[in-house]
Amino acid sequence: MSELIYKNASELAQLLSKGEISSVELTQAHLDRTAQVDGAVHSYLHVGPEAALAAAADVDRRRASGEKLHELAGLPIAVKDNLTTTDAPTTSGSKILEGWIPQYDSTVVKKLRAAGMPILGKTNLDEFAMGSSTEFSAYGPSKNPWDLERIPGGSGGGSSSVVASFQAPLAIGSDTGGSIRYPAFVTGTVGTKPTYGAVSRYGLIALASSLDQVGPVSRNVLDAALLQDVIAGHDPHDSTSLPESLGSMTEAAKKLDVKGMRIGVIKQLSGDGFQPEVSARFNESLELLKNAGAEIVEVSCPSFEYAIAAYYLILPAEASSNLAKFDSVRFGLRVTPDGAPTIERVMAATREAGFGPEVKRRIILGTYALSSGYYDAYYGAAQKVRTLIQRDFDAAFAKADVLVSPTAPATAFKFGEKLEDPLAMYLNDIATIPANLAGIPGMAIPNGMAENKMPSGIQLLAPAREDARLYQVGAALEKMHEDVWGKRMIDFAPALEVKN
Amino acid sequence: MSEITPDLVRHLANLARIDVTDQEVDLFTGQLGLIVDSMAAIKEAVAGDVPATSHPIPMANVYREDVVEPSLSQAEALSAAPDSADGRFRVHAILDEE
Repeated sequence: MSELIYKNASELAQLLSKGEISSVELTQAHLDRTAQVDGAVHSYLHVGPEAALAAAADVDRRRASGEKLHELAGLPIAVKDNLTTTDAPTTSGSKILEGWIPQYDSTVVKKLRAAGMPILGKTNLDEFAMGSSTEFSAYGPSKNPWDLERIPGGSGGGSSSVVASFQAPLAIGSDTGGSIRYPAFVTGTVGTKPTYGAVSRYGLIALASSLDQVGPVSRNVLDAALLQDVIAGHDPHDSTSLPESLGSMTEAAKKLDVKGMRIGVIKQLSGDGFQPEVSARFNESLELLKNAGAEIVEVSCPSFEYAIAAYYLILPAEASSNLAKFDSVRFGLRVTPDGAPTIERVMAATREAGFGPEVKRRIILGTYALSSGYYDAYYGAAQKVRTLIQRDFDAAFAKADVLVSPTAPATAFKFGEKLEDPLAMYLNDIATIPANLAGIPGMAIPNGMAENKMPSGIQLLAPAREDARLYQVGAALEKMHEDVWGKRMIDFAPALEVKN
Repeated sequence: MSEITPDLVRHLANLARIDVTDQEVDLFTGQLGLIVDSMAAIKEAVAGDVPATSHPIPMANVYREDVVEPSLSQAEALSAAPDSADGRFRVHAILDEE
């Protein structure tokens, strides 16, 4: 089997641009890998070999003719199945959209195509991105390549597992409360939630519009930077898209310098409630940063105590409204009850059959939070908490350039462990949610292993529009880790059994 | 004691246009009760005079040039519909016959 699949995206991009490998060869190597391992891992809901190889052949032809191509041209990528694609079904992990082929490409997918990046397929997710494990996907869960009995994180467990199992060098994710960062944490990979508005949401099937953000998923920080530089930028089709450029993430990732940077440790996201080994690895990284010349300071964010409650009011409220579009009229499933039903009876029967339990739970919760008599007490209070959390971040960033915490309280859990207990499932997001509420960027990078040989991770947070700081500190810390470990984090993952 | 009752769950599901089975009503009543109870503390967090934030990055009056751009054709717009007729989305009766 081709050794190419184990290389970093940045190296592959160089081999492609020098003409040492072809895009068809590289794309085929990843498709072969998928044929061998995805029966066990189940990262993909849809694999599109014809479209991917055609795009690859097109890039190879253009390169041969001397055309000046994008830096990442020919590099294949996987896309989370909540981004619309005109040449592949888009389900968002739901039965209500089974078989739907969208009528337009999302802006992010358009940018990938314009850069000449072949799309290998669409990755699995919890239904409409509601979950932390992919167990709420209507098409069955993805598995964690480090241990197939454990969850790959969610909602983007398809994108995390696809890069962790070397089926793709890069993937696209979306992060509403941690759906890029938590999967990165449990699979020993890298994921960034950019500043809200840095990447267009046009064609992203909305979960909670004021929280959703598309971002890169990769095996190292430089690769994530290269991908964020491809997908970021203003889009007139998204009215929340930032008008200004945030600069080059790739350049930031190449600085490898943290001297004089102030790194803030968030008091409320450490100690109690965090697995001792997750905390131990976190403290080791603080020591590395300190030795490299960073200044470690403690910051306090007292309103984080209310972050989960605020999030699980705001998210369901927005989701209940966003998911009203699945009404059996214009696209998606239609279930017609017996007799001569009215359109409303058809809608209710369709939504009963098409939505899974977590989606129903959150729509009902959101309907409650928005209903008259409860609105001020719940949704209104949650929006005020959002202000308090922003103020906490403002105060913290006055003392620190970048904030850090463990990405999540504990390493990957086993399938079924939290399925019947929504509150326990929601706690996985305790460290990632505040960034979404405040709109600031966050990055998760690998941070060694716990005793059970499962990955741990560290989260970096920066002020809005300062995504470059994450890439600068993240890449520097990653280099320190690799110097200590003698290899990349992903190289510690056990080899998957290959089906020939 | 939670304010979430089986009748309230049925009422909310109806507002959201989702049929629910008796079994789902039981399950959601228990689960949503626990979730809502866990959120009660949020009321005390904002006892003072705190403005609400609906959007993380403040923006207002976002416009673009009023230029006609290509859009979906009628056939494309109808292509994913469960049912269509005469260039329109076809649906069941909107009003009861009574």
